[in-house]
Amino acid sequence: MTKKNAVIKVRDLEVGFGDQTILDHLNLDVREAEILGVVGGSGAGKSVLLRTIIGLVPKRRGSIEVLGVDLAKANEAERRALERRWGVLFQQGALFSSLTVRQNVQFPMRENLEISQNLMDEMSIAKLEMVGLTPQDANKFPSELSGGMTKRAALARALALDPEIVFLDEPTSGLDPISAGDFDELIRTLQQTLEITVFMVTHDLESLYTACDRIAVLADGKVVADGSIANMLESEHPWVKTYFQGKRGSMLADRQMNA
Amino acid sequence: MGEVLLTHKLEGERLELAAGGSWTATHAGELEALVERVAGEAPEAKDVSIDMAGVREFDTFGAWLLERLTRQWTKSGREAVVVGLPEHDLGLIEEMQGVNLEAVPKPVRQNPLVNSFAAFGRAGVDFGHDLVIFAGMLGAVSVSLARVVLHPRDYRLTSTIHQFDRVAWQAVPIILLITFLIGAIISQQGIFHFRRFGAELYSVDLVAILVLREIGVLIVAIMVAGRSGSSYTAELGAMKMREEIDALRTMGFDPIEVLILPRILVLVVALPVLTFLGSMAALYGGGLVALLYGGISPEIYISRLSDAISLTHFKVGMIKAPFMGLVIGIVACAAGLRVKGSAESLGLQTTNSVVQSIFLVVVLDGLFAIFFASIGM
Ligand SMILES: Nc1ncnc2c1ncn2[C@@H]1O[C@H](COP(=O)(O)OP(=O)(O)OP(=O)(O)O)[C@@H](O)[C@H]1O
Ligand SMILES: [Mg+2]
Repeated sequence: MTKKNAVIKVRDLEVGFGDQTILDHLNLDVREAEILGVVGGSGAGKSVLLRTIIGLVPKRRGSIEVLGVDLAKANEAERRALERRWGVLFQQGALFSSLTVRQNVQFPMRENLEISQNLMDEMSIAKLEMVGLTPQDANKFPSELSGGMTKRAALARALALDPEIVFLDEPTSGLDPISAGDFDELIRTLQQTLEITVFMVTHDLESLYTACDRIAVLADGKVVADGSIANMLESEHPWVKTYFQGKRGSMLADRQMNA
Repeated sequence: MGEVLLTHKLEGERLELAAGGSWTATHAGELEALVERVAGEAPEAKDVSIDMAGVREFDTFGAWLLERLTRQWTKSGREAVVVGLPEHDLGLIEEMQGVNLEAVPKPVRQNPLVNSFAAFGRAGVDFGHDLVIFAGMLGAVSVSLARVVLHPRDYRLTSTIHQFDRVAWQAVPIILLITFLIGAIISQQGIFHFRRFGAELYSVDLVAILVLREIGVLIVAIMVAGRSGSSYTAELGAMKMREEIDALRTMGFDPIEVLILPRILVLVVALPVLTFLGSMAALYGGGLVALLYGGISPEIYISRLSDAISLTHFKVGMIKAPFMGLVIGIVACAAGLRVKGSAESLGLQTTNSVVQSIFLVVVLDGLFAIFFASIGM
């Protein structure tokens, strides 16, 4: 496999709140058109890393380059242009509560594209169907959705503009295993057809096995291991070992081997 | 840019389309217009072929527009074939073929005239509901008050003190400032108009009676409704939105007792205190203006005050205060619990809370005026 160039380059990143340092000299590359799974214990700083990359959390030190643009040095126009090229699925969904699901999906289209209302309606339905929602759900408000439906609707909104990179914060948490499987498959399909790059924070071992091309493990504020599943199984780092070779991890590993 | 996105030519009974360039979101507007134009083209053509080989970039927007084009032709009974799509885009087309627009429920449009009548009627019904909710909340608060009286150890003292700090203590500076200014203004107006009759001294009576009976308590109540009532509603509403209130309930706590009773009791206590402080500030403001503007010395002002006011005036103001606190608290808490899932409804209920509580405070003041008049106070 030829090594593709990195679309996200994180160098020497340090992030903290108050006197607490969350990320400490962290380096990470995300390559073009790959699905990167980021794992780590609760509170390891996965969400913070994601939010720092998209510019929501200020960094103390280091540099972040996304699609060749350094957000810290970019001007307002460059920033906006960059923000159009990525989509974000937040851990809590973050749907706009006073808009219906359909309006939520249309919101980025309305702001960024010059297309007719008719096409917008059709596209929003298409996106909703892609993520597995029914057209009946289109007119519901976020407070009327189940947890899993919220995730799906938020993904549809993240995909509204066909971004080049999608950031997903625990997309499959709170989904039933079948839906979670579908979700992984969907992300795979999207990545293959649209060649998008996916940065996925997850706790779901199944997703790591089926969807991710590469895995990065976050611990002690650093990436302590990265590579394929096989690399993870060989790793000597205690947390990585427990995670991938624990009861649930090895069960999946066996299944993978036998398949 | 400048690339040709779609060309067409007619070959006998066959319409041949060739696509090129970027069929992506960025060009979706242009593409849509092209696709619409081409769809109406050459009605005599029997079948259509679309050659996608020239397309450089392709995404869901392109895929959907292509799908829409083929659907339009298929619907009018003609055959449409798509050729030249790269292997990895087929999955996308498949996704789009599954999209079923018929299943989408159309939003119902209503007659605006009917709508406005309906809104009018609904407002009336809502008003009735509000009264019922108000009564319900009053009842619920009384029940939990009774429970607290029977088991005083269960009462949440810490929460109460915290609320008292926010609602009463922190409100003191602004209340003093506003009532001071109001007192000064009344005094100035009184002196200005009474001067024509040479009766400046009566302006002291005006200030004293007006402030102690009406203005002091009203201004304070309105300030508190805007300041604390709104924050009660917003707090409880946000908690309701994030299911915190449901969580309390499932843990066996009564939200009325934990959240609402301390807040309302604090208002009932805080309002008389603030009214007293406010009235004093207003009298002080009035006195200052009397000295600087009317040349009434402080000794005369004070002796005039003690002639003009009796304990009755003072009592009239102070008796009203706790009731106004009760009304503000109940309206604000009830509005908070009525918040539904959206941020918009939070805003709406906060507005409602302030408007309704100010309205009810004024109505209550009127009722008290009638009551006091009839018992000769
Ligand atoms: N805005 C903030 N202010 C202060 N501390 C924060 C803030 N956001 C996150 N933290 C802290 O940063 C640490 C990492 O949080 P983060 O949300 O990134 O965890 P996570 O790895 O995503 O965990 P999880 O898997 O549970 O979502 C935690 O200790 C958290 O308390
Ligand atoms: Mg997180």
